[in-house]
Amino acid sequence: MSQNGIGNSVGSGPSALALDPATTYKITALVVDDDAVTGMIHRRLLDSLGVKNEVVRNGKEAINVHRSGNPFDLILMDMEMPVMNGIEATRELRRMGIRSMIAGVSSCSGDREKQEFMEAGLDDFQEKPLTATKLVSILHKLNKKD
Amino acid sequence: MDYVTQLQKQLVDYTASLFHEKFLDEQFNQLQQLQDESNPDFVVEVVSLFFEDSERLLNELGKVLEQQIIDYRKVDAHVHQLKGSSSRFSLGTRFFHGSIGAQRVQSVCITFRNYCEEKNIEGCLKCLQQVKHEYSLVKSKLDTLFKLEKQLVAAGGSIPTYVV
Repeated sequence: MSQNGIGNSVGSGPSALALDPATTYKITALVVDDDAVTGMIHRRLLDSLGVKNEVVRNGKEAINVHRSGNPFDLILMDMEMPVMNGIEATRELRRMGIRSMIAGVSSCSGDREKQEFMEAGLDDFQEKPLTATKLVSILHKLNKKD
Repeated sequence: MDYVTQLQKQLVDYTASLFHEKFLDEQFNQLQQLQDESNPDFVVEVVSLFFEDSERLLNELGKVLEQQIIDYRKVDAHVHQLKGSSSRFSLGTRFFHGSIGAQRVQSVCITFRNYCEEKNIEGCLKCLQQVKHEYSLVKSKLDTLFKLEKQLVAAGGSIPTYVV
């Protein structure tokens, strides 16, 4: 605990943000991002909320992972990636019949690009970096969806 | 004041100065919140990875700008990547969103990309130097921060978070 009342001690964690762990432990998520730092942060965010997750590095890998296994409840999709970007990947996943919640997460906030991304089939869009609060709001949406 | 309290005060003051000078922002708090007993080195790991990636990007940028015939689209792509990578992580504020004092009007990143569009090699090289300088400044500040944290933990204290 903090010795001098400056603030909460390290590790008070986003689990305090009012999500029922019994629900989150059943959720699975796929992080699609070419940036290792972002992948690490998003992975840890999901871990801290008890959400089982995997990370892939581009849209093509996201497609492949779906071809070979079970779908995920949630996909966190970066926009700009090599090989296949988030817009193309989202379109393809929807074409494949994937009904998972897809949340676009991007540092590019150009309106036109965001529009195109949404139209590709996103359920939600968040500016990078993803925070615990933003993730919790996405997960709340997911609960409502089901 | 006992030793642990002294170290803690030193750490709090130093962290506060980094926030004040916009080397760190709220995102850093978010990262600290993700650190706990089962992930005790999370912040250091993320920061180290960030510096590794950024160094690689900066070296690549340097190489592209050294070519006889410069591919400015490549330069622009790298700057864009650098901007994206730093904004995903709290270090973005000072680097690229340029909110130091009232003087700074444009961020280095925007300037850099303008020079790219103009195919202005001098401008690009100047911007690269600026970015490299800022980058090593931030790195040394964070190295100091982590050293202070290590000292505190070694002395039996715990790391408080600075509330912005």
